[in-house]
Amino acid sequence: MSVEEKHATDLITVGYLCIGCPLGCRLEVDADTITNAVVEVRGYSCRRGKDYAIQEHTAPMRLVTTTVAVDAGLWARLPVRSRTPVPKDKVKAICKHLRSIRVTAPVASGAIIWVDDREPGIEIVASRAMPAR
Amino acid sequence: MITAAPRHLRASYDVVIVGGGPAGLEAAVAARDNGAAHVLVVDRDQEAGGILLQCIHSGFGLHRFGEELTGPEYAQRVVASTLEHDIDVIADAYVLDIDERRRVKLMTTQAGVSLVEARAVVLAMGARERTRAAIRIPGTRPAGIFTAGLAQRLVNLYGLLPGRRAVILGSGDIGLIMARRLTLEGIEVAGVFEIMPYANGLNRNIVQCLHDFDIPLHLSTTVVEIRGQNRVEGVTVAPLDETLQPRLDRAWDIPCDTLLVSIGLIPENELSQQMRLRFDSATRGPVVSSAMECSRDGIFACGNVVHIHDLVDFVSAEAMVAGRSAGQYVAGTLPRPDNVQLQPGANVAYCVPHTISTEREHTVYLRARKPLDACTLQLTEPDGTPVYARKLRYVFPAEMVNLKLRPAILQNFHGSILRVNIVERATEGE
Amino acid sequence: MLYDVLIIGGGIVGCAIARELTRYRLRVALCEKEREVGFGTTKANSGIIHGGHHAAPGTLKGRLEWAGNQRWDRLAAELGFGFRRVGELTVARSAAEFPTLDKLLHHATVKRIPGVERWEAERIRREEPALSPTVLAAVYAPTTGVVNPYEACYGLAESAVRNGLDLLTGFPVERLHQEDGLWVVLTPTVVLQARFVINAAGIDADRVAASALAGNFDIRPRKGEEYLLDKRLQGLVKRVIFPCPTAVSKGILVIPTFDGTIMVGPTAEEAGDRTDLTTSTPGARAVFDAVRDLVPGISEKDVIAQFAGLRAVATGEDFIIGPTSRRGFINAAGIQSPGLTAAPAIAELVVDVLRDEGLTLVERDDFMPALPRPVHFAALSTMEQIALSLRDPRYRRIVCRCEYVTEGEVLDAIARGAATLDGIKFRTRAGMGRCQGGFCTVRCMELLARSRGMDMASVTKRGRGSWLVYERNGGTLRSSDSAPEDEQERMGGEA
Repeated sequence: MSVEEKHATDLITVGYLCIGCPLGCRLEVDADTITNAVVEVRGYSCRRGKDYAIQEHTAPMRLVTTTVAVDAGLWARLPVRSRTPVPKDKVKAICKHLRSIRVTAPVASGAIIWVDDREPGIEIVASRAMPAR
Repeated sequence: MITAAPRHLRASYDVVIVGGGPAGLEAAVAARDNGAAHVLVVDRDQEAGGILLQCIHSGFGLHRFGEELTGPEYAQRVVASTLEHDIDVIADAYVLDIDERRRVKLMTTQAGVSLVEARAVVLAMGARERTRAAIRIPGTRPAGIFTAGLAQRLVNLYGLLPGRRAVILGSGDIGLIMARRLTLEGIEVAGVFEIMPYANGLNRNIVQCLHDFDIPLHLSTTVVEIRGQNRVEGVTVAPLDETLQPRLDRAWDIPCDTLLVSIGLIPENELSQQMRLRFDSATRGPVVSSAMECSRDGIFACGNVVHIHDLVDFVSAEAMVAGRSAGQYVAGTLPRPDNVQLQPGANVAYCVPHTISTEREHTVYLRARKPLDACTLQLTEPDGTPVYARKLRYVFPAEMVNLKLRPAILQNFHGSILRVNIVERATEGE
Repeated sequence: MLYDVLIIGGGIVGCAIARELTRYRLRVALCEKEREVGFGTTKANSGIIHGGHHAAPGTLKGRLEWAGNQRWDRLAAELGFGFRRVGELTVARSAAEFPTLDKLLHHATVKRIPGVERWEAERIRREEPALSPTVLAAVYAPTTGVVNPYEACYGLAESAVRNGLDLLTGFPVERLHQEDGLWVVLTPTVVLQARFVINAAGIDADRVAASALAGNFDIRPRKGEEYLLDKRLQGLVKRVIFPCPTAVSKGILVIPTFDGTIMVGPTAEEAGDRTDLTTSTPGARAVFDAVRDLVPGISEKDVIAQFAGLRAVATGEDFIIGPTSRRGFINAAGIQSPGLTAAPAIAELVVDVLRDEGLTLVERDDFMPALPRPVHFAALSTMEQIALSLRDPRYRRIVCRCEYVTEGEVLDAIARGAATLDGIKFRTRAGMGRCQGGFCTVRCMELLARSRGMDMASVTKRGRGSWLVYERNGGTLRSSDSAPEDEQERMGGEA
């Protein structure tokens, strides 16, 4: 993301790289500096590109995938994921917190590993079954 | 993961499959569905599932399952499917050799070395990573140089961290994914360096693995020296000129204790070479027919052992063909041999399969040599006479092109060699 | 601890001397600064047992080269390492080089080396079709062989330990001095005393000698870069191929190693310093430019590994073996090419020197020359593999898939002294193949950790400072940079 210029009309132009396909369109979003509402999108070559630009500008979301420690499992680490994508700016903190979590095998696939009490909707689940060693 | 470890191995199987990754497992199911009663999958790791088990990120399965899965989730589905199909899966085992009579020399932890008869074989050993030596980076040989996949295994399966500050060479998807992975584990990534003037990974990974974490990507730049006696202490990087020679006058040093090398995969063909199959020097895998049959009767291959795929979904699709063919081979219902040879032409690095039949429908996978916008995929006779053309928005070496070939497309073609070209649209008429 | 003889340096020379001395009723110790023996110059050696006709008859090198050559069949048989007399061709590509061929033939005649003969172009084409058509004539020597130098070194050390050597690895000698007719040798953690000290310290031999106040020579490390090629090229040449040698070096060679892979090198250039083990772009270019002239079918694309070693070149270029101005301090220094070939003969010479210097040598009647032969699973027949794997469950798992190394072989290597990843690699080849450890590294780390009762983070590539990974425990990083004691080991000393 790069902030390019400030307009006199209180618009801000932000650049994004489209991830839809290898064309990698350079998207430009004009947004209101106060409300952050998208006024115009340029540089896309398909509908998905435009939608992506708006989503990425207003509420970028990411799926969290990392591992937690597992005792007595076939492997030392259990892969986990957020059930649904979470706000992008929460990813690092979630992963950091998950470093302190330990579970014990066996673990079922999809088992809930951690729920963020303060942030409704953030739920970390096992992305595989982990048999006991 | 539950694996179907058989209590007793049979002395003979209809189909023995070497490798229990997505390719092998999918082929097993297809073989079972197409007439093979007894199918054995041999996997060298402590459980079947393949490299997907360490690919904990998401992005798998959109084509195959219509939803986005993590690697372990994809693997789990494929393993579950083999269980439902009453297939013997033996993990922590190794195929040492396969002789002319398709006797499989198998090593298992239960029975040691034994010989198992196979009526058909599917090779699905996957790939290995290119190493530092493949590009001959000068310097010392300290600890702290890892291929990206090894680092991924250490971090994601063992919880072992490869260092504190890393430089990543290669902007393929594995390199990008590992940049994010290390960052999330608290390891500083000083930068990703790419020898080519363009990134080799998906834009999605550029954005979500690098931009999200402010990790710099340096294009047309490479590591020219590794320093450090016992452990990596730093690397020197330099930009490249047009002839890909490093500009040492513009080199700079980066202190780091880890170098991840992510410079591509090579089909893992130790066994196929022992078996003296015919090879394609471009794919570095065996030459295969449209049935995914190799140059020896009853030996089939699929997945990364044939050529490097960018999506596991396409591995699955190819494996279904190989497995089906193995089943048909055993049942004696394998269709007639191919009658057309595919020949890579302009801007085409390779085509798989290497031969096709004008009577059947095929998916041909091919890879462009260099990126092109707005281009045309052409099939021509060897003398240039056009047979078929399809417009493409772009081609990109890192993205495989899938070409669906139906008999109708080739109904006016009666030759035995089809050349495959990718040309710029402006030069199309020439 | 008081020893009759203390050897400083556990390379091929120090280990050969150690084993030779354990034939006698003596208390012998060997101090090696690295974590394992053979980790210095030896591991980067080209692995050629020279035919005997290269070094001039008048030099010490020339005498010991041929004497050493003749010892290798027996050593290999006793210690169970691989050795094959593949023969060599020194090739001439212009008539101007014919006098060099004549000189080699003359050396062979004087030293009575059997079978050395001149081959003309036609015979060369027939026997080595991959050689460049520019080759006009060659000198063939059937006496040249190939070994894995580190295997030989491990075999000598292990045999010596079984026969009573006190082997100290990870013990760098800091200084030494004489006290009441005894040598006092200081390492960071222990002080050792000995009546005689043998200086086999390789590239550091001048410093050790200087510390003993017996220094009258310098070692100038001469670097050699080597490039190991893919198995695909196996069999391309059957014999070691030499160009006609120059004043400083035997030139860039094409070597069919004992394992069947082809190695090319070494370069010969003055090293920047004693730690300079870097490979370089000019080095690679020099090697491949030279090799292409010898065997056009070889290219850079086939490289699977590259490394460099430092030859210990002493003032005057010849070996320095013998007593010094300080009583009881004996040099075995400046052992550059053909040092590997000569090592068994050097060991015998050092024993003679010790006798001359007043050490009483009484042969033991319980010396055990033979070592149990290590299993090389991939080389067994299918029937043998089946039988072994049925008998022993350790041979039911492949660790290294490029070289088909079994868990049993790795465990055996660890039991015989492998303490690091490199130690396992050199003993078993696990990690030496195409993938260069991409697959087997973690398995070898696990086996090392389990067998030696340490955690994964304590496993190193080749000893102190070469840590591989960190482990995260409860949110804090635990360093694997180990204390010096963790990187030391004492073996043997009981027989």
